[in-house]
Amino acid sequence: MTDAQATARPAVLPNHHPSDALLVAYGAGCLGEGLSLAVAVHLAHCPDCRTVLAEVEALGGALLEDLPPAPLETLSLSATLARLDREEAPANPCTAARLRPPRSRTPFPAAPIAAPDPLPVPALPRPLRAYVMSTAGLDGLAWQRLAPGVRRVELLPRTSSGGAAQLLRIAPGTALPHHGHGGLELTMVLSGHFSDELGRYGPGDLAEADGHTRHQPIADSHRDCICLIATDAPLRFTGLMGRLMQPFIGL
Amino acid sequence: MIAPLASLLTHAAGPDRTSTGPGGALPGGALPAGACVDPAADPAADPAADPAARLSADLVAVAAGDRAAFARLFAHFAPRVKAYMLKLGLPTQRAEDLAQDTMLSVWRKASLYDPAKAEAAAWVFTIARNLRIDVLRRERHPEVSDDELLEHEDDGPRADDLLDCDRRARRLRGALASLTPEQAEVVRLSFFADLAHPAIAERLDVPLGTVKSRLRLAMAKIRKALGDDDR
Repeated sequence: MTDAQATARPAVLPNHHPSDALLVAYGAGCLGEGLSLAVAVHLAHCPDCRTVLAEVEALGGALLEDLPPAPLETLSLSATLARLDREEAPANPCTAARLRPPRSRTPFPAAPIAAPDPLPVPALPRPLRAYVMSTAGLDGLAWQRLAPGVRRVELLPRTSSGGAAQLLRIAPGTALPHHGHGGLELTMVLSGHFSDELGRYGPGDLAEADGHTRHQPIADSHRDCICLIATDAPLRFTGLMGRLMQPFIGL
Repeated sequence: MIAPLASLLTHAAGPDRTSTGPGGALPGGALPAGACVDPAADPAADPAADPAARLSADLVAVAAGDRAAFARLFAHFAPRVKAYMLKLGLPTQRAEDLAQDTMLSVWRKASLYDPAKAEAAAWVFTIARNLRIDVLRRERHPEVSDDELLEHEDDGPRADDLLDCDRRARRLRGALASLTPEQAEVVRLSFFADLAHPAIAERLDVPLGTVKSRLRLAMAKIRKALGDDDR
């Protein structure tokens, strides 16, 4: 997306987007869960990136079509149909089809792939709701104090491959320690703003930092900056303060 | 009472709805395959004339419980999904189980399929991908579905802006064929090797930036192919 397109949009649309390469990785399914979660939250805000994702998934479909078919040896259509019959009420399909209400094109029934939410969480983007229990949005979370001006909620504990995801709540004016990255770090802003050497980020914006990026994010508006931070490898803190804090932050 | 699978699979490239008739051998009979197709979603007068539109129409028919349409989708997609799982390193039996699981999901979720938004193959791909992530990594793939967007719901491409299925499928194939070998390699490693960019860079012994720029150039070709710039 060009700057001109971005500025022509209403201010509430994101200005900082995942790269095409990141959306390919997300759509291909080769990102860890934490990184995918950060991308999914951005997608919830960003129609342009949803369009790119649809292109990536179309590419996935074309690749699937191109694969030389590997004939099934043990499981057959009849076995699959038998499983369908076992798992569903064995209604006559013709009857079932007649009883079903006429299929409308839009909107689709609001009962998507995920299980229904047990609790309404108004201020949380939906991809996050599967990861946090809160009835009062972001404010209602169990924020743990991490360092002066920084609080945290862990979303996904660190995996064996080093990935992790958490929400950070950073008080206005607070700077995170200067750090580099062992792998990829995604910062998805949910509210407030932060700035680093690369730009200023607000709600819906996604900052992508890789092994070559070293930065020091600062919460720079009058309200707390709440962001989802996902990594696929531990960060490398560079300043003395950062090295002291790393065991506590656990990023 | 059911046609042996082998006879269906020999028609994997596309059993003709009128002649092979796997549905005729199915229990309970079924609705005519085209009965539930929304005409606005499928402007081609004869959906049987091209494979992508036929798959899309079959998926729509499955949402209405059409088992003959499901049989055609199974014959087409199950062996491809199995091939996908094999590529990703799953053993044969596991790949076959996941192909079956994918097709069961296709049956259960068919009502969520919107032919104006995606080819059947793209939709089946996302189901297979998510199952693979679940099984291989014991992880979820967080997603946003179109009916749960925060805002700006009308900003996406409108249904009538999108190319019809068969044209999209043809152009996608063309775009795929137009990728340079280097671009095709990073695309295939992304989709079929479960490798993130740093791992791809390491395997190909190229800088990370090169991997990302190849993917960007590949996506530019896909985007151009799917765009409606010539309409």
